[in-house]
Amino acid sequence: MLDISSQLGVHADALRVRSQRAELIANNLANADTPNFKARDVDFRAALAASGYADPGGGLAMSTTQGRHLGGPSAMAGADPALRYRQPLAPSLDGNTVDVQMEQASFAENAVRYQATLTFINSRLRSLMTAITGQ
Amino acid sequence: MSTFKVFDIAGSGMAAQSVRINTVASNLANANSVSGNANDVYRARHPVFEAVKGAMRGGASDAAVRVTGIVESDAPAMARYEPGNPLADSSGYVYAPNVNAVEEMVDMISASRSYQNNVEVMNTSKEMLLATLRLGQS
Repeated sequence: MLDISSQLGVHADALRVRSQRAELIANNLANADTPNFKARDVDFRAALAASGYADPGGGLAMSTTQGRHLGGPSAMAGADPALRYRQPLAPSLDGNTVDVQMEQASFAENAVRYQATLTFINSRLRSLMTAITGQ
Repeated sequence: MSTFKVFDIAGSGMAAQSVRINTVASNLANANSVSGNANDVYRARHPVFEAVKGAMRGGASDAAVRVTGIVESDAPAMARYEPGNPLADSSGYVYAPNVNAVEEMVDMISASRSYQNNVEVMNTSKEMLLATLRLGQS
C-alpha cells in the first residue's frame, strides 16, 4: 500500500532540522550583545541521523568485538548529538562568541536551503497528485 | 508552538535592544543636568543582558535574551567651577553627570544595528513560514 509520508522521503525531516537551525541562529543573533554567550549551531548530519535516517557517510562508531564492549555514540544518548558550539574567529573581551556577519550568512544560507527543501516537497506532492488524478 | 518560536526569539532581541536605545536616550538627554551635590547628580545607566537558559530545545521560556537589570555607572561625577550657577554649592562647584557622549553614541549605533538584525531575522522567518503554508498549492 502506498504510504504518503514515506513518499516525501528525507525532506520532511530535513525541513524540521532546517527550522530548528533557523531558531538556533536567531537565538545567536538575539544574543549578539550578551556577555559570555556562546554561539551554537546544528550539526546537520547528526540531527538528520537522529531523526531516524541512516547516514551513509558514516559517523565514527566504536566497534564491538565482544559482548561486554560499550558502543560509542549510544553512550551520549542523553545529550543532543546535533548541537555544537561555534569556534570564534575573533573572540571578544566579554566572552561572547557571536560573529554577527557569519551568523547572518548562515541564516541566509539556511533560509535558501529551507526553500529548496520546500521545492522538493512541492514537486513530490505534484507527482503524487498526477498519480492520484490520473491525468 | 515551536514553529513560531523564532518570532519570540527575535522579538526578545528587539525588546532588549530597544531598552538599550532607551537608556542611551536617557543618558544623552541628561548629559547636562548639573546638580549642586555630587551624590544627587544623574548617573549614566546601562542595561545588563542575559541569555535565557533552556530557550532552545523545548525549554519553558520562549524568549532568548532578557534584560536582568539596569545598572548605574559608578564613575565619579565631573565637578565644574561655576560660581555664577544658581545650583552651585558653597565652594562654587556644580556637578555634571558622568555621561560619556562618545560612548553613548557608539552604544546607540551598535544597538540600532542589532535591532535591524533581529528585524531581518523576523522578515526572513516570516517568508519561510508563508512559503510553508503555501505547500502543495502551486
